[in-house]
Amino acid sequence: MKELIDLFLVFARIGGFTFGGGYAMLPIIQKEVVEERKWATDEEVLDYYAIGQCTPGIIAINTATFIGYKRKGILGSIFATAGMVAPSLVIITIVAMFFQHFQDYPIVQHALGGIRVSVVALITHTIIKMWNQSVKDWIGIVLFTLSFLLIAFTNISPVFVILLSGALGTLINLRKKVDS
Amino acid sequence: MMIYLLLFLEFFKIGLFSIGGGLATLPFLHQMVDKYNWITTYDLLNMIAVSESTPGPIGINTATFVGYKGGGILGSLVATLGIVAPSVIIIILIAHYYMRFSEHPYVRASLNGIRPAVVGLISAAGFEVAKLTLLNTEQLKVGSNLLKILNYKAIILFLIILYLIQKYKKHPILFIIISGFIGVLLRY
Repeated sequence: MKELIDLFLVFARIGGFTFGGGYAMLPIIQKEVVEERKWATDEEVLDYYAIGQCTPGIIAINTATFIGYKRKGILGSIFATAGMVAPSLVIITIVAMFFQHFQDYPIVQHALGGIRVSVVALITHTIIKMWNQSVKDWIGIVLFTLSFLLIAFTNISPVFVILLSGALGTLINLRKKVDS
Repeated sequence: MMIYLLLFLEFFKIGLFSIGGGLATLPFLHQMVDKYNWITTYDLLNMIAVSESTPGPIGINTATFVGYKGGGILGSLVATLGIVAPSVIIIILIAHYYMRFSEHPYVRASLNGIRPAVVGLISAAGFEVAKLTLLNTEQLKVGSNLLKILNYKAIILFLIILYLIQKYKKHPILFIIISGFIGVLLRY
């Protein structure tokens, strides 16, 4: 039971401090889930993220469900997902009840202006770490560059990029094994 | 009773068919405006702005918001449950097989290719936000020179925070809270 509550609380913290899309939660996931609790490795988080991109639903939720399941099975996945969702439920309900134009308050705008900068810094830090963990040879560099350019400068779907890199990875890595 | 069932089913459908980030849910929400009288187009735009200015996944925030407008607090619970349910079921199934097959040579080889690509994907998302945050986008559009395009105030804070994270490795939430205060004090 203690571990289930722990799953709920950790993901509530992640949900409560994620400003922006699914990428914005990665720095907190890495700190809380990978470094402090060792519930998953960096590689596994990247796998969950890839799977989340290719399956229906919201990536943040998919990641929470995945880690919850890994720790404590179906019950764990429900507690982790509930945790991820809880802050949104409370905050949005309060905003909908009491604030007409929440986003127009100067204090909200300035706070968000600052928060966005730190999200960019945190994500930069996380990307450097993940690069060190997962880009190990020239194949990795090619696949990283290809995926970055396709997503940043074309309208190609991330699902296609993931499937393509999976196919290339299988071919090249298996070939390498045969050669050696 | 009917309204709750409808909210659940409509959001279940969104959860099942929107692949990718929370913004993938938007086309479905537009359809909802035409089909039901829960929200207006104006509400929808307002709601997206709120979802982006409050913490939490954007898809969840919008579901909660529409649910609340359509059916009060219970409505927000039901809509959120609806959008989450399909992915919880699907991910549990995938997680089950992932844990069994992630060490299989073929799966391992493909994951070794996918991981660098995912880092590329995340970098592209980060690059997009960095552009919006660290540059003056209006100046970028009219094509001013580089000195005017750079948002110095943001870049300085960015460099300071990046340095502090690398050096002290404190919790990301601490940096988020502090930068929120700095934003208010220095009017970011």
